[in-house]
Amino acid sequence: MSSEKPVLIREDGLRHDGRKPDQLRPIRMEVGVLSNADGSAIVEYGGTKVIVAVYGPREVHPKHLTLPDRALIRCRYHMAPFSTIDRKSPVPSRREIELSKVIREALEATIFTELYPRTTIDVFIEVLQADGGTRTAGLTAASLAVADAGIPMRDLVAAVAVGKVDGVLVLDIDEVEDEFGEADMPIAMMPSLNQVVLLQLNGVLSRDEFKKAIELARKGIDEIYRLEKEALTKKYLKYPETV
Amino acid sequence: MSKIHVANRQIVRPGDLLAEGEDVKGGDYTYRVGDRVYASVLGLASVDNGVVSIIPLEGSPLPREGDIVIGLVTGVGITNWVVDIRAPYKAILNASEALESFNPITDDLRKYIDVGDYIIAKIIVFDRTRNPMLTVKGKGLGKITEGIVIDIKPSRVPRVIGKKKTMLNVLIETTGCSIVVGQNGRVWIRCPNKQLEDIVVRAIHKIEEEAHIPGLTDRVKKFIEEEKKRAGL
Repeated sequence: MSSEKPVLIREDGLRHDGRKPDQLRPIRMEVGVLSNADGSAIVEYGGTKVIVAVYGPREVHPKHLTLPDRALIRCRYHMAPFSTIDRKSPVPSRREIELSKVIREALEATIFTELYPRTTIDVFIEVLQADGGTRTAGLTAASLAVADAGIPMRDLVAAVAVGKVDGVLVLDIDEVEDEFGEADMPIAMMPSLNQVVLLQLNGVLSRDEFKKAIELARKGIDEIYRLEKEALTKKYLKYPETV
Repeated sequence: MSKIHVANRQIVRPGDLLAEGEDVKGGDYTYRVGDRVYASVLGLASVDNGVVSIIPLEGSPLPREGDIVIGLVTGVGITNWVVDIRAPYKAILNASEALESFNPITDDLRKYIDVGDYIIAKIIVFDRTRNPMLTVKGKGLGKITEGIVIDIKPSRVPRVIGKKKTMLNVLIETTGCSIVVGQNGRVWIRCPNKQLEDIVVRAIHKIEEEAHIPGLTDRVKKFIEEEKKRAGL
């Protein structure tokens, strides 16, 4: 990677890729992309591409992990070896194990696990291409895939990261902005219920900036939430009304 | 004052606000926070007498007592069979629920039903804390010896049967096949010949794909008649 810090906020106030500070990258979502999985989704935030497969509820193996009163949620966040510029070792790193955990906890808050005791719901998140914001894209895709599997849940999860680069708060930061910026704050919410399911902050923000950052994230989340709902509906609009 | 925000047969997604008000009742696949009723699955809304419920488009409902299911035998024990009924739980069929008299010392269960056999069975006990128990005692239940079994999405079972069995009757009357739809998304089809069998299978897959579009019964009727003409029947 280049070690020289690039210009992150240009003189005209736009970001290095020409976006406004409060603008998302182009987002694409599709559900039902894998036929072997019970539910699946692919989500792209600009150059970040994530595919998710959900299996379950199904029997737990190994058996001793079974929970008697609710479903066990297992989550694997993994980056493909070809997802980064330098080959990434396919062995799950410390970082990936931690992200698997925080994403699992965010999903656990949304799924009605008590409806399926003694079963498991397996979520496989595979990052195909990484350009910043893989955990937020992954969580968004995971929640779409769970919905596509028909598992009862409180709400969809919409996630986005807010960052601070060159002193400016920006929405949906990419790899370069993350690397050379001052702060990175991923947020995931259940927008209908107005509840936060994931909030991390890497870097330093003042109290005031934090409040502004949450507001900015909410704007992005509302837009992503709209796209998620559109993606789920679109699966059922393939066949015209009059056939 | 209660307010219902969705129309009948409108597509809803998890988290969609369905209704507001103390006196609104939430039916299947909904949940309540305060006086708001939300959807919990992807499906079609159904409003009936002030009760808002959802007909899911994906996923498979858990087994229920009294359901007729088509199971695949995956294991044989000393006094029972283990049956896959496409649920998160393995079903158990006890020898006493299949045979009149059975002595495990002198008899082998494999003689009657073996691994790989399909059975039509009824769920007699199930409460999520224990695995479902099956019986094959009853009219139309037992081992399947002829015809074919196909898998469909469990969420499409109500559509394949139809309101008051209309869809199922169309399938049976227009083709002359005998069809049993298991609640777990398996269908047993027995036809006079291979062409009819093929038509029924394709008609069922058509129902599966177009379940959410109104006017399905008439379309399926037309489809079967056209296909029959093409096959020269």
